Amino acid sequence: MRAGDAIKQLILIVACVLALVPTIFMLLTALKSQDDFAANKIGLPQVVVLDHFRAVLFDSPFLLWMLNSAILVAGAVALSTVVACLAAYAIARMQFAGRDLIFTLSTSLMAVPPVVLIVPLFVLYTRLGLISTFGGAIVIYAGLITPFSVYLLTTFFRTIPQEMFDAARIDGASDFRILRHVVLPLSLPALLTLVVVNALFVWNDLLIAVIFLQDDAKRTLMAGISVFQGRYNNQIPLTMAGMVVASAPMLILYISFQRYFIRGLMAGAVK
Amino acid sequence: MTLSRRFTPYLYVAPLIGLLAFVFGYSILRMLEFSFKMVRGIDGPWIGLRNYELVLGQALFWESVGHNLLLLLAIPVMVVIALLISLLLYERLRGWKLVRTLVFVPYILAIPIVAVVMKQMFQFSGPVNEALRWLSLDFMALDWIGSGDVALWTVMLLIIWRESALGIILFLSRLLSLDEALVEAARLDGAKWWQRAWYVLIPQMRGVIEFYVVISVITMLSAVFAYIYIMGGGRGGPGTSTMVVELYIYNALVRTSLPGIAAAVSVMLFAVSLVLIWLLFALRRRAEDERA
Repeated sequence: MRAGDAIKQLILIVACVLALVPTIFMLLTALKSQDDFAANKIGLPQVVVLDHFRAVLFDSPFLLWMLNSAILVAGAVALSTVVACLAAYAIARMQFAGRDLIFTLSTSLMAVPPVVLIVPLFVLYTRLGLISTFGGAIVIYAGLITPFSVYLLTTFFRTIPQEMFDAARIDGASDFRILRHVVLPLSLPALLTLVVVNALFVWNDLLIAVIFLQDDAKRTLMAGISVFQGRYNNQIPLTMAGMVVASAPMLILYISFQRYFIRGLMAGAVK
Repeated sequence: MTLSRRFTPYLYVAPLIGLLAFVFGYSILRMLEFSFKMVRGIDGPWIGLRNYELVLGQALFWESVGHNLLLLLAIPVMVVIALLISLLLYERLRGWKLVRTLVFVPYILAIPIVAVVMKQMFQFSGPVNEALRWLSLDFMALDWIGSGDVALWTVMLLIIWRESALGIILFLSRLLSLDEALVEAARLDGAKWWQRAWYVLIPQMRGVIEFYVVISVITMLSAVFAYIYIMGGGRGGPGTSTMVVELYIYNALVRTSLPGIAAAVSVMLFAVSLVLIWLLFALRRRAEDERA
């Protein structure tokens, strides 16, 4: 039994190491000088060098790219959450013709690959001058994440006990007041989970970003990375410093809000 | 009053319908239309099936499809890895929560970031080959990125590394929802770990495994753009060795400005994903029944 446990622990440790190898390589390399890396690809840095981080943060547009990504995440997640809260409340709590059809259709859109939607949107946006505008991209992102938002919130709203609604109704509260003052406060954990999953999707996306935000000033972090790595192809420590900076926000959030991430990933795995 | 009460629900769902009708409805209808037209700029003349004939007659299209199909080979490997790790985590050995946090990390990191890192790790004179040579495994020190024969397999390795984390997440959440009485009973009967896993746990995970397989098929056929775009240097390279259908659509749309061609490929990809989505929902309904 004990020997069995040791083997199991060993396999898990190997899995952890494999899961972390790229992160470790990226961190160690970012701290090496160019010459140090040429001579020593795997080991610890001979001397810790922080110049690459300074170059990334101040001599390249990383911070601008991050800001752009943050604007998109905030816009798309806010829009999607509002739209989804309203719809999910109606679907979970009201009777109306077409309700089940709307829910089934919306849910099935979760699995539609984004790539099949881009052609007409690109043509339309080109004509309307919406290429390289945040507004245009935010609508697309919001559309892509909303089916999941509706699905998650509807299932959650259905678990809220009916008595809560009846009590509020007797006090004379309107539907909108019930949604704002009864349903949403009770749904905070579900909302946080939702924000985590949706923010990850928008922050990490590359496809929509390279097609709809082509302007240098509007580039997102992920699109910026692909440009950055091409430009500094031979300066690997510098490239890795860029990757460390790029992955820092999500890693820090993940470590600080593990509970919501893990719950979010487990709920959002259907996406 | 009754009239307004009857309309209230539609007021609540109207923004949803508007948003989805634009992003999904408009796109899908126009995509169908474009696929039968020679689109220049915003519109163009009707040309029947010419776009489809052109695409289906092109070797590069079939090569791309072949690459997407080849990536399906990753799925069995991902299932085995995810099963092994999730079943081991379910043992709740000391420190399992920390392990869980760490093995989810690949799924937190953005694909472009890990693709850039892996691309450097697998360079011909990079750390992976250095380590292999140090272990006297010189014959395994391949030109992982630069050789057309190997490049797609390297991408597959990266996909397995990251997408297995999704499998672990899915399988573990299913395991943690299981009734533990059965496992306990098996344990008391003296069943070994692999016996409990094979005869008690895995049969109850059938639904979630099928679900993961279908999700992964959708990924391999239509959601590997970010991996390929970075690893293949934006062109599906070296040569056309990592060209996939998504990149084919991207090139037709953005680089050569042939929306009609891009639309025809999108329609075919959409048809395939419809079948898979239907399958997904059939499976999910069954998985939910199983859980209930």
